[in-house]
Amino acid sequence: MTMMAMTLTTIAHSLPGLLAQAPMLPQGADYMRILPELVLSFFGMLIMVVDPLLDEDNSHQSLGAIALIGTLAALASTFWMAQYPGTAFWNMVRVEGFSIFFHYLVIAIAAVAILSSFEYLRVQRIRAGEYYGLILFGTVGMSLMSSAIELVLIFIALEISSISTYVLAGLRRREASSSESSLKYFLLGSFATAFFLYGVALMFGATGSTNIDAISQVLRSGNVPVLAYLATALMFVGLGFKVASAPFHIWTPDVYEGAPAPVVGLMSTGPKAAAFAVLLRVMFEANAPGRFWLIWASAALSMTLGNVAALVQDNVKRLLAYSSIAHAGYLLVAFAAQPELGASAAMFYTAAYAAMNVGAFAVVSHIANAGEKYVTLEDYAGLGRKSPVLAATFTFFLMSLIGIPITGGFFAKFYVLSAALKSDLVGLAIILVLNSALGAYYYLRIIVMMYMREPRGEVPVTPVPVAAGLAIAVCMLATLYLGVVPGPVLDYAAQGAHQLLSDRAAPIVSRR
Amino acid sequence: MNLESLSPFILSLVTFIPAGGGLLILLIPRRDRDIKVFAFVISLLAFVASLHLPVHLHREPGAFKFEIDKIWISSPNIHYHMGIDGISVWLVVLTTFLTPLCVLISWTSIHERVKEFFILLLILETALIGVFTSLDLFLFYFFWEATLIPMALLIGMYGHGRRVYAAVKYFLFTMIGSMFMLAAILWLYAKTGSFDFTVIQNAIRNGGVPGFESASLWLFLGFFIAFAVKVPLFPLHTWLPDAHVEAPTAGSVLLAGVLLKMGTYGLLRFDVGLFPEQARRNASWIMVLALIGIIYGALVSLVQPNMKKLIAYSSVSHLGFVVLGIFSFTTAGLNGAVFVMLAHGVATGGLFMLAGILYERRHTYEISEFGGLATPMPKYATFFLVTVLASVGLPLLNGFIGEFLVLSGAFQARPIYGILAATGVIWSACYLLWMYQRVFFGKVTHEINNALPDLNLREKAALSPIAVAALVMGVAPLLWLSAIDPAVQTALVPFTQLASKVVGR
Repeated sequence: MTMMAMTLTTIAHSLPGLLAQAPMLPQGADYMRILPELVLSFFGMLIMVVDPLLDEDNSHQSLGAIALIGTLAALASTFWMAQYPGTAFWNMVRVEGFSIFFHYLVIAIAAVAILSSFEYLRVQRIRAGEYYGLILFGTVGMSLMSSAIELVLIFIALEISSISTYVLAGLRRREASSSESSLKYFLLGSFATAFFLYGVALMFGATGSTNIDAISQVLRSGNVPVLAYLATALMFVGLGFKVASAPFHIWTPDVYEGAPAPVVGLMSTGPKAAAFAVLLRVMFEANAPGRFWLIWASAALSMTLGNVAALVQDNVKRLLAYSSIAHAGYLLVAFAAQPELGASAAMFYTAAYAAMNVGAFAVVSHIANAGEKYVTLEDYAGLGRKSPVLAATFTFFLMSLIGIPITGGFFAKFYVLSAALKSDLVGLAIILVLNSALGAYYYLRIIVMMYMREPRGEVPVTPVPVAAGLAIAVCMLATLYLGVVPGPVLDYAAQGAHQLLSDRAAPIVSRR
Repeated sequence: MNLESLSPFILSLVTFIPAGGGLLILLIPRRDRDIKVFAFVISLLAFVASLHLPVHLHREPGAFKFEIDKIWISSPNIHYHMGIDGISVWLVVLTTFLTPLCVLISWTSIHERVKEFFILLLILETALIGVFTSLDLFLFYFFWEATLIPMALLIGMYGHGRRVYAAVKYFLFTMIGSMFMLAAILWLYAKTGSFDFTVIQNAIRNGGVPGFESASLWLFLGFFIAFAVKVPLFPLHTWLPDAHVEAPTAGSVLLAGVLLKMGTYGLLRFDVGLFPEQARRNASWIMVLALIGIIYGALVSLVQPNMKKLIAYSSVSHLGFVVLGIFSFTTAGLNGAVFVMLAHGVATGGLFMLAGILYERRHTYEISEFGGLATPMPKYATFFLVTVLASVGLPLLNGFIGEFLVLSGAFQARPIYGILAATGVIWSACYLLWMYQRVFFGKVTHEINNALPDLNLREKAALSPIAVAALVMGVAPLLWLSAIDPAVQTALVPFTQLASKVVGR
C-alpha cells in the first residue's frame, strides 16, 4: 500500500514538470512533418469506406485509381513536408534529407506496385479493397520507419508495415502456397520483431533512453556498456530478417514464391528499403557498438548463399528471391564501410534496387497469367520472339541486376564497391566481385531462355495492359536514369547521409 | 567548310553515329530491305566520318589528339574524356572499315529478326569505337562491358548449333575477367581520386599514389587478366574457338577483327602504360605464354577439320605475335605489334567473310566437304588466295610487315624468342596453304560443289575492300607506321628511362 501511495505521489509531483517540459499539444508544424503518413492513412481509410459501396466486379479500377491518387498525393505532400525540416512529436520524428529520401522512395515504390496491380488483381480475382488499403497502410509504416528517431516508434512503424505485408502475401486465397507464404512470413516475422523489441529493451537498459540521439550520445561518450553489444546484435537479428540477409533469410524463397507477384515486387523493395533506413539509423547514427563483424559476416554469407542457391532455381520467383538475398548482401557491404561513404552508397543502392526489382516483378506478374501458372524458367522460352518489347525490358532489368553499365544496378554496385575499397575492406570487396560474377550466370540463364530457345506453344502472351506498361516504363526509365546520370540522386543521398551523421546537439532527454 | 573546326566533336560523332543509327532503326517498320540499306548507310557514314581522324592527326609524339574532356558525373569524379593517338586512331578506322562489310556480308544470311540483328551490330560498333577512344578509365570500362552484351546476343541469337553454350561461355569468361579490372580501377580511384588516364599515369610516375609499391603487382595482374582473356592469351583462349565457330559471319568478323584487339590495345595502353615497371618485371613469362600461344595455336590449326575453327585458332597464333611484340619493349616490336593488329583485323576478317560465303552455299564448314572449288568458283578462289597469302605473311601484303617487325623486336629482346616465334610464321604457311590446297585444288570431289555459284556483286563489293587494304598496307606501310611510330615512342618513354636508371646504377 505504502509503495503504491509513494509511487502515486511521485507521479503527482513530477507531473507538472513533465507537462511544463513539453508543450501539451503538437504544433501545426508537427503535423506537417508527418503529412505523407496522414495523407496515406486518409486514402487507405477512404478505400475501406468506399469498397463496400461498389459493385465487387467493377471496383478494381476505381479503387486502384483512389490508391494511386493517394500515393501521388503523398508524394506531393512529401515535397511539402520537406519544407519543414526538424523534429516533431516530442522528438519522435525527424524530417531531414535522409527521411525525405526514403519517403520519396517507398511511396514511389508503392505507386508503381499499385500501377502494376491494376490488371493483375482482375486476372487473379483478388479483392481490390483490402489489397490497396493494405498497401497504403503498409506504406504508412514504411515511411514512418524512415523518419522515426525513437526506437519504440520505429518498432510500431515496423509492425504496421509488417502486418500489412503478412496479409498481402496471403491474398491469393485459392492457392495453398499463398497461405503457406503468409503464415510462414507471419510466424517468422513475429519472431524476428520480438528479437528487435528485445534489442530495444536492452538498449534502453544500456543507455537509459530509446531516443536515437540520446543513445548515440551515450555510445559515443567512450564507455560503452556491455549490454549495448547484445542489444546491437539482437536488433540486427530483427532487422536482418526484414531485409532478408543470411542467416535470417530462410523464409524468403517460400514467401516470395507464394505471394502475389506485384506484392513480391513491393515487399522485396519497400519494407526492405525502410528496414535498411532503420538499420542505417541504428548502426550509423546511433553508432551501434560491435557492429562491424556482425555485418561483415552477414554480408559475406548473404552474397554467397543467395547467389549459389539462385544458380539451381527453375522458378523465376524463387530465383529472384535468392537474388534479393544476394543483393541484401551487397548492400550490407556498404554498412561495413566507413559511415560517410557507406550510408550514401547504401541509400543509392536501395533506390536502384527498387527501380530494377519492382520492374522485374512487374514483368513476371504479367507473364504469370491467371493463377500464376507460368513462372518457371521454361515458360520464358522464346519470349524474345513472341513479345520482343517485354523481353527487351526484362533483359534490361536483368542486366541491371547483374550490374552492367548504363543501368542503375551498375552504379549501385560501383558505389558500394568503392566505399568498401576506400574503407580498406579488401576481403569483402573481393567476395563481392566474385559473387557478382557468379550472379551473372543465373540472370543470364533467363536471358538465354528468352532469346535463344524456341518458344513453347502453350504459354499465352497477352498484350501488356496500359497500367502495367506504365509501371514497367517508369521502372525502366528510373533504372536508365540512375545508370546514365546517377549524380543528382547520389548527391541527394550523400546530403541525406551527411545530415544523418552530422553531430547535433542532443535534445532534452529526461534521464533517470 | 573548315574541317578543322570539327575536331572537338569528331570523336563523339564517330563514336555515336552507329548507336544513333541503331536507335533510329527501332523506328523503321519491319521491312527487312529498308533496315539493311539504312544500316549500311549509317555504317558507311561512320566510316567516312572516321577518315577525318587519320587525315587530321598530327604525326608527332606527345599528347592525345581530338581530346574532349567534360564532367559526366561529379561524384565520383567521372569524366567524359576521349582522345586518340597514332595507335587508337587506326583501331577506330579498322572498326568503321569492317562494319559496313559486315552489313553487306549479312545481307542474305540473316533472314529472321533482321531488325534486332542490325541494331545489335550498330550498338556493338559504338561500344567498340568507345573502347579505343576513352581516356577515362571508367568510361573505358563502361564501353568495354558494353561490347559484351550485343556480341553475346549476336552469337546466341543468330549463331549455329551450339550457339547458346558458346554465347554463355564467352559472356562468363569476359565478365569474370573484367571484374578484376574493375577492382583494380576502383583501387586506383580510391587512391588518386581520379579515373583520368593521364592523371593517374602522372600520379604513378611521380610517386603520388600511397601504397602503390605493394599493390602494383596486383593492379597489373587485375588489368592483365581482363585483357588476356580478350586477346586471348594461352591458356585463357578456350572460349574463342567456340565463340567463333558458332557466331554468325558478321559476329566472327568483328570478334576476330576488332574485339580481340581490345585486349591487345588494353595491354599496350593501360597495363604497360600505367605499370611499366611491373610490365617489365613480368615480361618474360608473358612472352613465354605468347610463344606458347603462337606455336600451340598454329599446331592446333593444322589438324582442324573445320575451316572456321582453323581460322579461329590461327587468331590465337597471330595474336600471340602482338603480345610478343608489345612485351619486347622495342621500337620495332611495338610498331610491329600495332601493325599486326591492323593486318590481322583485315586478313582474318576477310577469311571469316569468305568462310561465311561458303557456308551460305553449302551450310557446312568441314574442309573435307570441299575440294576443287577453284573450278566452279574462280573469283572466289582468287579472293581467298589473296587473303590467305596476306594472313600467311607474304611480302607485299600486309601480314608480312607486322610479323617482320615483331620478329626483329623479339630478336632484340632475346634471340631465342625470335627464333621460336619465327617457326610460327612457317606453321601459319603450312596450315593455311594446306587448307587452301584441300579446298580449292584438284578435282571436284563432291558432285554438289560443281553447281556452286561464284561471287555475286554484293559479295565482291564486300571482299574487294579487304583485298585492296591488304595490298596497300603491304606496299605502303609507312602511311600507317608514320602515325603509329610517334605514339609508340611515347609509350616507350618510361622504358628508356627505366633502362637508363638501371644502367646508372
